[in-house]
Parts: sequence; structure tokens; C-alpha cells
Amino acid sequence: MPADELTRDDVLKVAQLARLSLTDAEVGAYQAKLAQMLDYIQILHEVNTDDVEPMAHAVEVQNVFRRDETLPSLTPVEALANAPKTDGRYFLVPQILDH
Amino acid sequence: MNHTVIIGLEVHVQLQTKSKIFCGCSADFNPDHPNVQTCPVCLGLPGALPVMNREAFELGVKTALALNCEISSYTKWDRKHYYYPDLPKGFQISQFDLPFSEDGFLEIETNPETGERRRIGIIRAHLEEDAGKNLHDDAGRSDSQVDLNRAGTPLLEIVSQPDMRTAAEATKYLQELRLLLTYLGVSDCNMQEGSLRCDANVNLHIHQDDGHKVPTPIVEVKNLNSFRNVEIALEYEVQRQLEAFKATGIKFGDKGGHKTTRGFDAGTGKTTPQREKEDSADYRYFPDPDLLPVTVTEDYISSVREALPEFPADRRKRFVAAYQLSDYDVQVIVDQGRGFGDYFEEVAKLCGDGKQACNWVTQDILRELKERKLEFSEFPISAPVLGDLLGRITKKKLTTKSAREIFMDLLDGNGASTARIDEIIAAKGLAIVEDTGAIEKVIATVIDKNAKAVADFKAGKQAAVGALIGQVMREVKGADPQKVREMLIAALSQR
Repeated sequence: MPADELTRDDVLKVAQLARLSLTDAEVGAYQAKLAQMLDYIQILHEVNTDDVEPMAHAVEVQNVFRRDETLPSLTPVEALANAPKTDGRYFLVPQILDH
Repeated sequence: MNHTVIIGLEVHVQLQTKSKIFCGCSADFNPDHPNVQTCPVCLGLPGALPVMNREAFELGVKTALALNCEISSYTKWDRKHYYYPDLPKGFQISQFDLPFSEDGFLEIETNPETGERRRIGIIRAHLEEDAGKNLHDDAGRSDSQVDLNRAGTPLLEIVSQPDMRTAAEATKYLQELRLLLTYLGVSDCNMQEGSLRCDANVNLHIHQDDGHKVPTPIVEVKNLNSFRNVEIALEYEVQRQLEAFKATGIKFGDKGGHKTTRGFDAGTGKTTPQREKEDSADYRYFPDPDLLPVTVTEDYISSVREALPEFPADRRKRFVAAYQLSDYDVQVIVDQGRGFGDYFEEVAKLCGDGKQACNWVTQDILRELKERKLEFSEFPISAPVLGDLLGRITKKKLTTKSAREIFMDLLDGNGASTARIDEIIAAKGLAIVEDTGAIEKVIATVIDKNAKAVADFKAGKQAAVGALIGQVMREVKGADPQKVREMLIAALSQR
């Protein structure tokens, strides 16, 4: 997408997908910043890549596996330690209406 | 309104590994003890590094090969982003554009009457991690609880082509897939515990008078957690789409005709609308930088292929040929699972009579399992013991009737061994009496005592023999009734 076509609605959609609530001023600010990023991608698009093999991953290493063995887990107390809300057994989240 | 039903299934199957797909936490089903199988990796804590479980990858390759898929020489993992409380990282590690396998098929029987079979295409099978489990307060008053024991357990997602034309075909596909997965030993496929989950994509092609076909909006039906539900939900959904099209004429792609998601409610037998599915691009997939790509060699694929067990479809063909059984009988045996088929085959080989082994396993054993509410794995008579028992019938040392009596005795909880068979035979005098002299003596006594029956026989009433056979059999237990009958008729004819 060319940067000059990035609309406020596009910014709001990206914000919604990331669950961010933005003020009007922020929408404007991000519209400009995101447009800059798209401009940069536009520059990259100008490079001729005809003879370059597509790269799916930035690291050269491949095939790193672990054996199927169990290791000790955290205790529930440890697992729940950073939770905003728990009942001692579960993580608690505001009721999910849409299920 | 003439129409064609178009159904494709997305099946998620939990792979039977000891540990999770990217960390060493136990992958066991453990709903009673929430949040005891978690670690920084599956909780998505900062700085944790996921590492691929070799066994999970191999179970995936096994399944894909059994589904006739191509195995990609290069595969990688991607992050699929969405927000839901059961997904701690805010993304699911899955595979997007380079799944490890693509383009296979599974053959199903589409017509039980004619035995007609058809290939259902498999678009792809890829590996991903499962999410945790949300427990909702049904009254909706308090918080939802989240258990992350399941988060990060290995899942194989198997996506079919939209090749199924009826709800029954979709159920058949799912049953055949489940059977194959259990034969391979890659999953226990327990639908109650969620190790096998199914979503269906369904729409109709309405046939127009001018010959072209109009598609109705595609619906993804979720929560199909039993074979029965798959069939009920799809039948309901087909009817609903037909009526909606008649009422509105809205076709796929029209305003209001985009793809939607509906949930199946087993209580009402109906599907109801769910949240709108986000577009594929909205998941903002990108390669997971923490996980490394996997390359697969031909040697590796060959070694996995060589270790594959016999598939259900091949076993059906082989059993029909090797044991002279009907397609129906073989279907019953093979559909009970790999262990049951192995058991049948061992019994058949030991007793030397495939048809007889088949009758016993499909009738006597299945009946007793049902009556006693037992799983096949709990059945107390082992294959060598049943093979020995039936072998005695083949060798004419026991009558079928006596064998049934012994079979029931073996189930009484006092052990089931070949030694016990000998004991029961001795205690009850069930061995076939080959001593014709002894039988002749009894026959003579019985005939003397039953002047009326003898007169009836002489008058041409063949039925009179029956009552006499019974009396002889009571005296000499274990005599072969056919033989007694012959000897009786011979003795009567001489009177």
C-alpha cells in the first residue's frame, strides 16, 4: 500500500487488532509514523531481487529439536504469581460474553 | 430447489506426546488440577525460548504420510495473532505459508450398499500449539477462569478439500480419519477430552434453470464434538441455508453474503451465529523468530514411511483375502480398532479357522463387552486362550456348545488360561466322547426306556429323534450331537 493511501480507518483497524485505544491526536501521529514505515518498505521494493532466493527465516541454523521428555513445571503459585487476578487455582479474567 | 451440498472439514487432533510441543511441561489431560503444567515458555513469559519437540514433528509426518500427503523439504513456524484469554502470548505458534505437508487424500466408503469408495482430498496438515481452556460462569455474573495446562500441547490441523456432499459423508470421513489416527497410534482421538475436534465449512450450490450454480454464503460450524453432532449440525445447517436462500436470495459474495461462523448447540440441535471471523490477513502472520526452520530429507521420509503400521483400508482388503470373510465382517473387525484386529488375527491363526474366529470376536466378544460395559483392552480372555479354545472345536475335541459354556466360565473372574480350560472340561465332562462303545450303551438304554418315541419314529416321525438325542447327550456329556444323531438313527432303524 502506498503510504499516501494510509487512512485514519486503517490506523484504527490496526489499533483495534492490537487492542489499543487511541486518542484522536494519537491516530494522527501514528498515521504519519506508519506512513513513514510504508515509505521505507516502498524503497526496499525498488531493489532488484530477481536472482535472490526467498528467505523464510533470518537465522541460518535449522533442525533444532528437543527430545520428548517432561521437565518439572512451575507450581500453580509460581504460575499465578504475576496474574492481575486469581482465585488461587485459575487465572481470572472479566467474564467472556462472546463464547 | 435442486442443490449440491459442499462440505469441508477442519480437524484438530492432539498428538500423543509426553511433553508439550515447545517446552518440557507434561501434555497430559489434567482438568482437575488447573495450572500445574505450565512454565515460562507456555505461559508466554518474557525471555522464554520455545524448542520444537522431535516426537511431535515425527507424529505429524507419520500422519501426513498415511494421508498420502507430500512432505515439504523446508518448513517453518509462524505467529498467528489474536486476543483471547486462553492464549497467553497473544499469538498462537502455527504454520502459515509453508506447512510441513500438503496435498493428500483419504479414501472413504460413500455407499455401504455397493461398497463404492471415493477419495476426499486433503489440502494440508500442519503443526501448531493448542490454547488453554476458559471456564465460563454460565450465569455470566462472575469472572471466567483460565486453565493453561493445555496451552502448548501439540496439535495437528488436518484441512480437507470441500469434497463431501452429505452430512453422512462428513461423518464417514471423520470416522475413517479417527480410525487411521488410532491405528497409527498418533492420538487417542478422545472426543470427550477434546483430543479430536472438528469444525465444518458448509454451503450449497443452488442449481439454476439455465444450468449454472449459485453458491450460498459459506458458514463455518464450530463445536462439533461428537460424530452424532457432526451429522445433526450439518443436516440442520444445510436446511437452514436452503430456507435462507429461498427467503432472501443472498448468495456468497453479496452484501450480507460473506463467510460467517456459527456454533452448534447440542441441546437444541441448531446452529447459532458467533463472532464474525477475522480475515486471514488480520491474524498478521509472520515467521516466528524464536523457532528454527526444519528441513526434511528423502532418507528421513523413507525411514518414517517404513515404520508405518498397516492402515485400516489395507487391513480390510487383506483380511477379506486371507480369511475368506465378507466385506461386512471385516468392516466390523477393523473398525473396532487396531488392537481388536490384531486379536482377531491371532485367534484366527491359532484356531486355523478365520470364519469361526470372526464369529466369536464379532458376536460373542462384542456382546459381552457391551453387556459388561467393558473396553476391549479390559477383556479378560487373551487371544492365545481363545485361540486354544476355538482350536479344540476345529480339532473336534469340543462341541461349539461346550466351547460357549467354557467361554462364559472363563469370564467369571477366576482367571482365563488354557490350564483353566482343561480344568473346566474335566470338571464338567465336556470333552467329546470318542468312545463309540460308551455312546452305544447309552443309546440302547434310552431306546429301551422310550417305546413311544421309537414307535413314532417307525411311523415316520423324524422329529422323535430330537427328544432321544437330548436324553443321550445328558448321559454322555461332550458327545458330538451330529454323531449321536447318526448312531441313533442307525440303532432305531435296526429295531
